[in-house]
Amino acid sequence: MSAARLRRRKLVNAVMLRTTGACAIGIAAVLLGILGYLFLNGIGSLSLDFFTQLPKPVGETGGGMANAIVGSAKILGMAVVVGVPLGFLGGVYLAEYAGATGQFVVRYVTDLLNGVPSIVIGIFAYALVVLPAKQFSAYAGGVALGMMMIPIAVRSTEEFLRAVPRGLREAALALGAPKWKVLVTVVVPAARDGIITGIILNLARVAGETAPLLFTAFSNRFWSEGLNEPTATLPVMIYTYAISPYDDWHRQAWAAGFVLLMLVVTMNIAARMLMARSPLRGAR
Amino acid sequence: MRVAGSTSPEHAPTTSLRRRLLGGDEIARFIVTAAAAGILIACGLLVYELWVSSGAARHEFGWSFITGRTWDPNAGEFGAWPFVVGTTVTSAIALLIAVPAGVGAAIFLAELAPRRVSDFLAFCIELLAAVPSVIYGLLGVFILVPVMKVLVDGPLKAALGWLPIFSGPFYGVSTLTAGVLLALMVLPFIVSVSRQVLLSVPTEQREAALALGATRWETTWNVVLPYAKRGIYGSAFLALARALGETMAVTMVIGNSPQLQASLLAPGYSIAAVVANEFTEATGDLYVSALIALGLVLFGLTVVINGLARLLVASTSTRATAVQ
Amino acid sequence: MSQAESQEKIRVEGLDFHYGASQALFGVSLGVRTNHITACIGPSGCGKSTFLRTLNRMNDTVPGTRASGSIQLDNHEIRDLDVTTLRRRVGMVFQKSNPFPKSIFDNVAYGPRINGGGSRADIADQVERSLRRAALWDEVKHKLHQSALGLSGGQQQRLCIARALAVEPEVLLLDEPCSALDPIATAKIEELLLDIADSCTIVIVTHNMQQAARVSDYTGFFLMGRLVEFDRTEKIFQNPAHRETEDYITGRFG
Ligand SMILES: Nc1ncnc2c1ncn2[C@@H]1O[C@H](COP(=O)(O)OP(=O)(O)OP(=O)(O)O)[C@@H](O)[C@H]1O
Ligand SMILES: [Mg+2]
Repeated sequence: MSAARLRRRKLVNAVMLRTTGACAIGIAAVLLGILGYLFLNGIGSLSLDFFTQLPKPVGETGGGMANAIVGSAKILGMAVVVGVPLGFLGGVYLAEYAGATGQFVVRYVTDLLNGVPSIVIGIFAYALVVLPAKQFSAYAGGVALGMMMIPIAVRSTEEFLRAVPRGLREAALALGAPKWKVLVTVVVPAARDGIITGIILNLARVAGETAPLLFTAFSNRFWSEGLNEPTATLPVMIYTYAISPYDDWHRQAWAAGFVLLMLVVTMNIAARMLMARSPLRGAR
Repeated sequence: MRVAGSTSPEHAPTTSLRRRLLGGDEIARFIVTAAAAGILIACGLLVYELWVSSGAARHEFGWSFITGRTWDPNAGEFGAWPFVVGTTVTSAIALLIAVPAGVGAAIFLAELAPRRVSDFLAFCIELLAAVPSVIYGLLGVFILVPVMKVLVDGPLKAALGWLPIFSGPFYGVSTLTAGVLLALMVLPFIVSVSRQVLLSVPTEQREAALALGATRWETTWNVVLPYAKRGIYGSAFLALARALGETMAVTMVIGNSPQLQASLLAPGYSIAAVVANEFTEATGDLYVSALIALGLVLFGLTVVINGLARLLVASTSTRATAVQ
Repeated sequence: MSQAESQEKIRVEGLDFHYGASQALFGVSLGVRTNHITACIGPSGCGKSTFLRTLNRMNDTVPGTRASGSIQLDNHEIRDLDVTTLRRRVGMVFQKSNPFPKSIFDNVAYGPRINGGGSRADIADQVERSLRRAALWDEVKHKLHQSALGLSGGQQQRLCIARALAVEPEVLLLDEPCSALDPIATAKIEELLLDIADSCTIVIVTHNMQQAARVSDYTGFFLMGRLVEFDRTEKIFQNPAHRETEDYITGRFG
């Protein structure tokens, strides 16, 4: 091997290694940079009114998004009610009860559902809930987001149940507990932190969803009563305000973006902390 | 009692039928099986609704719904081709940018960076993957669009303005802008999945190459990447599926023009963006049905792409984690 | 002694066991005497655990397994018993201690509670009694509501024994309960086994020949899925009838 060749190889090595480093640092810098911008701009645009006032009519400045904050909470609550029990039980089925065929079919279908674009889920909820009721509603939005929560609830429940050591199940079975009691009293509690982590991350993911709400929950300038009315939500407000021509609305879009981002980031970090203290943390 | 032959213990008569039927185990099995069936039914219902509700448009136009070049709701003409092109082109731009950069970054994180640095950056990048798309849209409208105007009207046009795809006036919102924004959105995803795939390559593989006198880069390029190849393709496909279905960010920066244009600098439109913009305003059954048919097309596209992605990812040892 | 001989708690006759296509036990027959300690010894992989786990049908939970032949508990085929009732009567302690991630108290109370329990006071009583029988009470009485995972390995294993005793099983199966413990912890467990054998039939799997000699009344020697020899422990260790048994207990074996 000639010296020149060796030098060339070393050069390639140095150049390529630096390039990958540049990629990593570049990506981190760009992404963190724009988020930092959002952070600063968002904090600057935030005021108490944002949390307490209704939106002002077009043309007037001021006002807030109190109704959208409450609306988002309502719809996320609905989504949890729709998506989590079904997803959790589906996960239990996969981890504890399904035969080979059942596993294949349910996995296949949940994977499929996981890949469906959110706007298509929106169409589905529109056809299923809005059309028959002839009305946009928080119900419809909740159904759409709940449907989006199902696949990940199934997968994370299944994974964390499977991570529960076999020894724990056997110990309970050997004490004469029937299988369902073993599940309820030992296996699910042992997997609890993991399952809750999964649910929080899942919720964080759908909390920012906008597309499926556009024509299910729609929007509302005022407070919505109950769950059967068009309902404002933070993500939809961000969208409508950002593409509007008014400066004051842009300011509020930044504020809303900031609040939404904080919400999502907090949920993510909370989930990670929960996982870090779980006795099963190695098992992920 | 001596039992001749072999019986499965599971099937052995354990107790009376009455007890079996009333036992908690049977009830538990019933409940979870019903939930699983409920999920299947919900999914079936989704496909059914899309299919039935798009019936009018499918009957009226058949396959020419996809290939038709005119989308004119007032004239009752619905051809989805410009949107199909817009969706495909923006996603392709996104992958062209994001895959090399993302895999490069993943190589750095998995192979070169000290473990601490790697874990910290990976944590940041995973958080970025959780940022909602409407926030990327917001940043796109107010940051990316002005930045693109400077970059495109200056260096890009000077260097490549003679290419038809970079011709014509540039208003900031365009197919190219949407592609770049999508690239930023899928980057965190590609980095974190690729990093996991690379980390799962056995250390012995690397040591074997290094021990033969290969440089770090040669080891990575000739040994680690081939080993992780399918997993990385898989992550690219999953990213593609996300990009295809992405709605808000694209809607906010693509320009929303149903005219088919050769230039990437011209405003365009994507399938998801059309549905988002026009659904609540659609009047008439055919119009609504055409929009739902767009949803069906998008559904079909993502099912195919996701299927391919899963084939690839499943065939490597890593699985994307449950909480992605 | 003749009376003890006549009382068989468990009678195993012609037991074959399969994991899918591979057979792990071949025609095992033996009787487990009431309120005595029976040890199972043999080289690794000879089927001791498999045998033990068929006695409370723990192997039912392993997919694709088949057992045939006869196992009788007090003259009733165990396959005809309700499996949860069977396991209440025939408790089990595993090689690797497996306390639930709950408090010490809740671990021991688990069995009584799921079995319908009685009052709080009854359960607290039962917990104390079981912990005492497992020689753990003095070490944990001041921290009953702390996590069981904070105990030492030996304490965890005794906790598992206490947990099994709290359901008042008629038979206790132990699968190498001391293999991960130091000699002192081991001695404690051996001592408590001798104690509880007054009121409980014990079957123990062990790799430790001295342990078998020290604690058991009867010993069975397994080799490649077959029960080579089964007799009083003194007989097995002093005057085995089979060549293989002698080779094994004198250490002339792999
Ligand atoms: N779950 C299983 N699936 C398939 N084969 C198994 C399973 N468990 C055990 N075996 C096989 O059955 C045979 C007996 O295993 P068993 O665990 O009963 O041995 P053992 O005597 O307890 O060994 P050790 O002393 O190592 O614990 C072995 O050949 C083993 O490989
Ligand atoms: Mg064993």
